[in-house]
Amino acid sequence: MVIAAKNLTLAYGKNIIVKNLSLAVGPTTVTALIGPSGCGKSTLLRTFNRMNDFVPSFRMVSGNIHYRDLDVYSNQVDPVFVRRRIGMVFQKPNPFPSSIHKNITWGPRINGFQGDLDHLVESSLKRAALWDEVKDKLNSSGLALSGGQQQRLCIARAIAMDPDVILMDEPCSALDPASTARIEDLITELKDRFSMLIVTHNMQQASRISQNTAFMLNGELVEYGTTSQIFNAPAQRLTEDYIMGRFG
Amino acid sequence: MTKDPTNNDPTNNDPANNDPTSNDPTNIYANGQAAREEGFTSSREIHLEASFLDNLARRRVQAKVFALAIQLATCMALLALGILVWRIGSQGLPYLNWNFITSFPSRKAERAGILSALVGSATIIFMTTIFAVILGVSTAVYLEEIASKNKFAKFLELNIANLSGVPSLVYGMLGLAVFVRIFDFGRSLLAASCTLALMVLPIIIIASREALRTVPPSTRLAAAALGATPWQTTYHHTLPAAMPGVLTGIILAISRALGEAAPLIIVGGVTYIAFLPTRLTDSFTTLPIQIFNWAGRPQEEFQSLAAAAIIVLVGLVLVTNGIAIFIRTKLENKNRW
Ligand SMILES: Nc1ncnc2c1ncn2[C@@H]1O[C@H](COP(=O)(O)OP(=O)(O)OP(=O)(O)O)[C@@H](O)[C@H]1O
Ligand SMILES: [Mg+2]
Repeated sequence: MVIAAKNLTLAYGKNIIVKNLSLAVGPTTVTALIGPSGCGKSTLLRTFNRMNDFVPSFRMVSGNIHYRDLDVYSNQVDPVFVRRRIGMVFQKPNPFPSSIHKNITWGPRINGFQGDLDHLVESSLKRAALWDEVKDKLNSSGLALSGGQQQRLCIARAIAMDPDVILMDEPCSALDPASTARIEDLITELKDRFSMLIVTHNMQQASRISQNTAFMLNGELVEYGTTSQIFNAPAQRLTEDYIMGRFG
Repeated sequence: MTKDPTNNDPTNNDPANNDPTSNDPTNIYANGQAAREEGFTSSREIHLEASFLDNLARRRVQAKVFALAIQLATCMALLALGILVWRIGSQGLPYLNWNFITSFPSRKAERAGILSALVGSATIIFMTTIFAVILGVSTAVYLEEIASKNKFAKFLELNIANLSGVPSLVYGMLGLAVFVRIFDFGRSLLAASCTLALMVLPIIIIASREALRTVPPSTRLAAAALGATPWQTTYHHTLPAAMPGVLTGIILAISRALGEAAPLIIVGGVTYIAFLPTRLTDSFTTLPIQIFNWAGRPQEEFQSLAAAAIIVLVGLVLVTNGIAIFIRTKLENKNRW
């Protein structure tokens, strides 16, 4: 298992958000995280690479998370190392206000990357299906791209770090159908190299791109299984209701 | 919704038939009429629309009066400034020549110059800026990026806000006690620079914190998610993005420090210095001190010398601020897309 959460209970201040949740994600799979708004998907996702450390009121009440052999929340583990191995793509595209080239190379550079930066830029952008559109303007600002291009730049930026896992929190929610389709293709292509965890509100998207699906409700994991099982033969009534759009 | 009775007549649905103004698309009544013909608007709503229009007219008048008042106030300020510039200019310009700038002060007005004061001001402002920027920006980064929530930070925050309101004379006393006596810098350039740096520190800290706060959190999160340490995030992204705002603070600080005479007189600025400083522990004078001294003399010539020195001082402020604004504009252009 690449990521394994065990009996996780998470809270902001006094509000318990995620309750006694256990979830394990294997290598080179795409796992979709679905559930109604406010059920704690983003909270769970941000906990995997310790991005919740930036929320002052966040507390891990109980449980633990392992990334491979590493206890992510133990005192000996540097959160910077965890984030360097577990990348993240945010809901809203957030390129740095600097050149496309620097957007991609900054992360590897500060982490001591020794190889050829130009080559890294080209290969990352190609894998993010953005190279053809930007190859002539690598020195122009990342903010001058369209929303869909910006999101692909953010994915390229995450790929360039050669992470082990990529967490994506509704990566397509700000995009048009064409850009969404491109990013879905991209995720499918990348799954041989990385483990990916994707939060999505789009049931079709979940069924198209993921191998496994986890359904959360009110901070609890209701059902977790292969995507075809969850979508075709859900074991739980709640799962079926949610997938059929009867609530949430 | 009460329907207008005229609307029930299917033959009478052309607004042009009963409203001669309706051909004009800009006529709001005509549009109201058209809406009524379509049965969307009751006569009561039409009435409301009319009273909105009355209100708009009144608000327009208010806006005009307000704009006029603001313009008047601006003109008054400009007038005062104009008179000042004209008076200083007409009095000082005849005395402003190369000799004035390259001579040391003298008891004879026709031989007196500002060389030592100009060099003193330039040296002090240079060192003050360096000290204040290093300390001020570090403090702001500490408060905003590292310690944003602990008690110590809250305590510091409160004190910084209070410090910015302390009169400059008090900083002079502080400088005398701490830098001149305890640190034993003497009545020197170094003591003066440290005192002024302390005085403008709150300005730089407050402006830098504001600037850091305007950097979107998503930038910090993006950097952190790439495995950046907090310091790398700050140094490479947050601080550069905040730099234009930080420079605004520096500009304000320099302007304030350049014009201060009182704290430096307390720290020990002297008015008669007939040599150029070679070490930081040399005694000093500055333009404001020199101006203060000359302006207090009864002779007409010295008053004019003071005016000429004021012109030089204003020029110095403009030049230093010009440099800072130039850097700021460059950075702003770089940060924009
Ligand atoms: N920084 C925060 N501080 C306090 N409470 C928070 C914070 N972020 C989220 N919450 C609360 O935690 C709960 C779960 O939020 P979360 O963002 O994880 O939901 P989500 O499943 O991602 O929803 P959505 O699908 O709308 O993104 C919500 O009730 C929210 O109000
Ligand atoms: Mg969310």
